[in-house]
Amino acid sequence: MQQAKTENVIEMRGVTTRFGEHVVHENLDFDVRRGEIMAVVGGSGSGKSTLLREIILLQKPAAGSIHVLGEDITKMSEEAALDLRRRWGVMFQSGGLFGSLNVLENIGLPLREHTDLSDTLIDRIAALKLSLTGLEADAAKKLPSELSGGMLKRAALARALALDPELLFLDEPTAGLDPASADGVDQLVLQMRDTFGLTVVVITHDLDLLWSIADRVAMLGEHRVLAVGTMEELTQSELPAVREYFEGARTAAARRRAEHQPEAANAQERKVEKREVESTWKQK
Amino acid sequence: MAGWKTQPAATIAQPEPGTFALSGNWTVYGIGRVEKRVDALASTHGTQAVVVDGAGVAALDTAGSCLVQQLLAQLRKFGANPELRGWKQDFLDLLELGERPAPQPAAKPPRFARLDALGHGMVAGGLQLFEGLSFVGDVVLTLGRGLAQPSRLRFRPILYNIQSGGTGALPIVGLLAFLLGVVVAYQGADQLRRYGASIFIVDLVGISMVREFAPLVTAIIVAGRSGAAYAAQIGAMKTSEEIDAMRTLGISPLEMLTLPKLLALVIAMPLLTVFADVTGILGGMVMASTSLGVSFADFFDRLGLAVSPTSFMVGIAKAPVFAAIIALTGCFQGFRAEGGADSVGRQTTRSVVQAIFLVIVADALFSILFSMLNL
Repeated sequence: MQQAKTENVIEMRGVTTRFGEHVVHENLDFDVRRGEIMAVVGGSGSGKSTLLREIILLQKPAAGSIHVLGEDITKMSEEAALDLRRRWGVMFQSGGLFGSLNVLENIGLPLREHTDLSDTLIDRIAALKLSLTGLEADAAKKLPSELSGGMLKRAALARALALDPELLFLDEPTAGLDPASADGVDQLVLQMRDTFGLTVVVITHDLDLLWSIADRVAMLGEHRVLAVGTMEELTQSELPAVREYFEGARTAAARRRAEHQPEAANAQERKVEKREVESTWKQK
Repeated sequence: MAGWKTQPAATIAQPEPGTFALSGNWTVYGIGRVEKRVDALASTHGTQAVVVDGAGVAALDTAGSCLVQQLLAQLRKFGANPELRGWKQDFLDLLELGERPAPQPAAKPPRFARLDALGHGMVAGGLQLFEGLSFVGDVVLTLGRGLAQPSRLRFRPILYNIQSGGTGALPIVGLLAFLLGVVVAYQGADQLRRYGASIFIVDLVGISMVREFAPLVTAIIVAGRSGAAYAAQIGAMKTSEEIDAMRTLGISPLEMLTLPKLLALVIAMPLLTVFADVTGILGGMVMASTSLGVSFADFFDRLGLAVSPTSFMVGIAKAPVFAAIIALTGCFQGFRAEGGADSVGRQTTRSVVQAIFLVIVADALFSILFSMLNL
């Protein structure tokens, strides 16, 4: 933990994963640097979610080593694992919010479990996280089943941020959201990273997210990481599989990027407009 | 944030009146001890101006910023006008973030909370009764359509449900009925021996088994096995929108899910009851021969005289009614699930409790009916 700023917070070396006969990863290497937003992409069944589950201690690889925040998680004690778990936040694809607790209680749960703060302060912190993720205050008392898809994602993000983690894992944070909400989540993640110096690992198919907030993108395929780099590098990759994946959307995305200007306030509106233009264009 | 465990906890000190010096790690794990002290200091401070010095703060996160904001808010409430001094710019930005809204206090409970709950409970119970009746009506209509047009009946799921709810229950029903027969014979043996009427053990075991115990014990087991399974399955389907999907595909969930279960149980339960009759009497027979010395041959001779075909039929006739109660209650409670996993659990519990309750009520009504009919 005494390394320089550019240290790797996640280091996977020679990781192999099998489900019975089915090989998911074979001799896979993967690095995430401190403070970056790393996106993981890949076709269906390329093992993105399995990769995430291995990093967050939900699944053991058959072989290889995984270091997270300097600790070797393939051989660590239960106690060390608990300490590690308190230092990251995970947002699951379908939220993973507890159905019997309201949103505020869901966010406060990790705080109640792992700290000895008073209920008033915990509620205050939870309400802050809620407002950070852009949810209305009246959503606090609602049960997860009463929330819309976008609100659910935001509430799940708020819970992932409850303990001010150093590492944030997002599984498809924008899947199933309308363009405006998806943009909101993108900007939120970016803002969180800039404010708290978070390291973010995000699994996604969302090209907008990839272009707008990902520092680096890792593409999975053929049981390993096929390519790592910025979006620009990946779209010009020499590997046909990588180019193919980004083709099609490439032109549109490139154009969008060309037009992208730093005034963030207008960017959102413009993006929505542009999406409409694109969709009408695609229909032709 | 590295090494968060070993870093010094947050502290607050008052080096001179009018100054609070904050130091250490004002992070989610660091502020646990200092929280009470913050409250105490803020509430005793009074109205003079105060400087909140953050020069010694090593780390700050949103939790810490919430606590600092709480301190500032309290100071303002008591009339002091706090001033921030010595904070790093990053920390000031974070503090600004923490200034966002405080949670609203929880809604006050109504004045007559118990009376209120009683009223809500009554209304909910009444509504449930009404919904239950309307569910039964719907099922009967669907059943009518199915009988008028038998191609609409789904035979494969019916057979599957007979297998899972009927054949699958054979071992446990058989075992329990056998044990019940043993118990009844054992209890009766002592009394009958005193009167030298040992042979009447056959009447006791035979009649009580075929008329009451076999149908009842079968119904209770089936309610716990199949009724609960129906409620859980339909409840889970409801919460994952599978039921809605079925409706939009033009398939009636009642026809697809409820009817096969209902028909399967109505067919399987009488058969299970016969099985329970046999094993129950077998249990009584074993007990009679060991504790009363009534031989198997004597037992069989007497059994034909003691248990009339009417008694047997009375027991079997109850089974389809119990089956309908169990299947309908299970499905009905399953369809009422909404929200998440805990709702499914609640509905499953309810289905079992209500099914057993209704079965026993129905059994009591049967007793009255049969005694009026002199059966």
